[in-house]
Amino acid sequence: MKMTLRLLSAALLPLLAAHALAADSARNARLDDQTQLPKAPTRPVGQTYFQPPAEADIPNNAFGELVRRGQDLFMNTKALAPQYVGNEMNCVNCHIDRGRKANSAPLWAAYTMYPAYRKKNNKVNSFVERMQGCFQFSMNGKPPAADSEVMTALTAYAYWMSTGVPIGKAQPGRGFDEPPPPKGGYDIARGKAVYGKQCALCHGDDGAGKKVGATSVFPPLWGKDSYNWGAGMHRINTAAGFIQHNMPLGRGRTLSDQEAWDVAAYVNSHERPQDPRLVNGDIDEARKRYHADDGVNLYGVVVDGRKLGQGVQ
Amino acid sequence: MSLSPTRSLAFCLSASLLALPLQVGAADGEAIIQQGGANPAAMPCMSCHGADGKGMAAGGFPRLAGLPEAYIAKQLADFKAGRRENPLMQPIAQALGDAEVAAVAKAYAAKPKVNVKAGPVERPKEGSGAWLALRGAWDRHIPECTLCHGPSGVGVGDAFPPLAGQSAEYIEAQLRAWRGTPAQPAGKKTKAVAAVAPTRSNDPNGLMRHIAADLSEAEIKAVAAYFAGLGESTEPFDESQHRLR
Repeated sequence: MKMTLRLLSAALLPLLAAHALAADSARNARLDDQTQLPKAPTRPVGQTYFQPPAEADIPNNAFGELVRRGQDLFMNTKALAPQYVGNEMNCVNCHIDRGRKANSAPLWAAYTMYPAYRKKNNKVNSFVERMQGCFQFSMNGKPPAADSEVMTALTAYAYWMSTGVPIGKAQPGRGFDEPPPPKGGYDIARGKAVYGKQCALCHGDDGAGKKVGATSVFPPLWGKDSYNWGAGMHRINTAAGFIQHNMPLGRGRTLSDQEAWDVAAYVNSHERPQDPRLVNGDIDEARKRYHADDGVNLYGVVVDGRKLGQGVQ
Repeated sequence: MSLSPTRSLAFCLSASLLALPLQVGAADGEAIIQQGGANPAAMPCMSCHGADGKGMAAGGFPRLAGLPEAYIAKQLADFKAGRRENPLMQPIAQALGDAEVAAVAKAYAAKPKVNVKAGPVERPKEGSGAWLALRGAWDRHIPECTLCHGPSGVGVGDAFPPLAGQSAEYIEAQLRAWRGTPAQPAGKKTKAVAAVAPTRSNDPNGLMRHIAADLSEAEIKAVAAYFAGLGESTEPFDESQHRLR
């Protein structure tokens, strides 16, 4: 009997290992960014961006209640779903105007593009999986289950906001419409000067942001309470797009391509929470596997004599 | 590096204040609030800003109690420099010495900060003052007021003062000061009115002026009424509490 068991487990072990690998890759499947989606088209001259429905149009029924709950969560993620948020970020920090603003990764442009295949994890990702990535990376937390009330409410909100957008038709205004990399490259020192002049007022010289009571008002841009090294925003190109279109608040489109890249590089040259995909505690390995081919980023890169990607807790 | 005579005096005074905590010097903030500054033109602050520092709505005199020290000091410096124009306040600011400005800012900052009781998520009606305060008008690049001035407008850091606790009169006046008044062409029965230039230009990084410039008169009134209507909670500000947006 013992022998049989031993034989059986010997036979099963490789199978189990293979299963564990498969489970691992299924987990990793959620972990990537969305750069694999084809680039959103630019807005044709004279045309406006898609206009999502008005808040007053949310119906007064069970569905409408869920949509409103989704909007509440979107704006108050940390306060209303603290078990899933590991830092001081809320959805609305990167998705300005409650996820409605063009070039601030609006929900109406994202929702209808999923499910989508992503080359990097060789898997088709649902919209829910995409949002789980936000929780894991941008909010450095624990993703809510796909069938959880939080996810259902956020999905309902995104679905409602996309009313009238053709399924699968890439919309101008999706993502952050990144400016092209400057010819002479970016410069962190120059970015620091831009930061001091334009950003420090709200986000602080230490990048820690500002709170009122327990509530984050100006989000932290680096350090333990900011997005982690796996978040899309850690890419300089992505942050440059967000910054140029949306920052300083209410005065978007005032920084040049160069300034946007420089200041994005400065922000993203600081330590932040570790990439949860860290491979065997090895930054170089994690860089090779997840960062080397992921836009322009400084993970695992030596800046000022220090290798970035150490993580902070 | 050289200290100006006033600075040296202030240094000596504060040094002696450290040694003798009960000694009342020229830079006693509370004394300036109640009796005025060394220069008689620096009238007692409380004659307009109220005995409790909560302002006087009827005259449009703002609340100063609990405002950030750095914010008050900056406003006084801006009045002196003309970045904030006001026929009443400018001569008073000019009559205050640097040490007096610092002392009065400190004294007001030490008074109770405005608190608005944290409540459930508000659902504003489009086009209302609450809508502008909580949703903004992003099609005109106008962020919701609370995005910078904090949930319930309780203020954030040194640069974004509380809007809660201020009167509608004061908020309206400030929005108009940033905006100025556009010129009015002559109508059939009315004469042309010349444009009035903005009288306030001391917003850091120019964050406020374009917002005010894009607001209509009706919007200014509505949003000012919203913040004035928030009232003030008698409970002290709870730093451990979340405030919903």
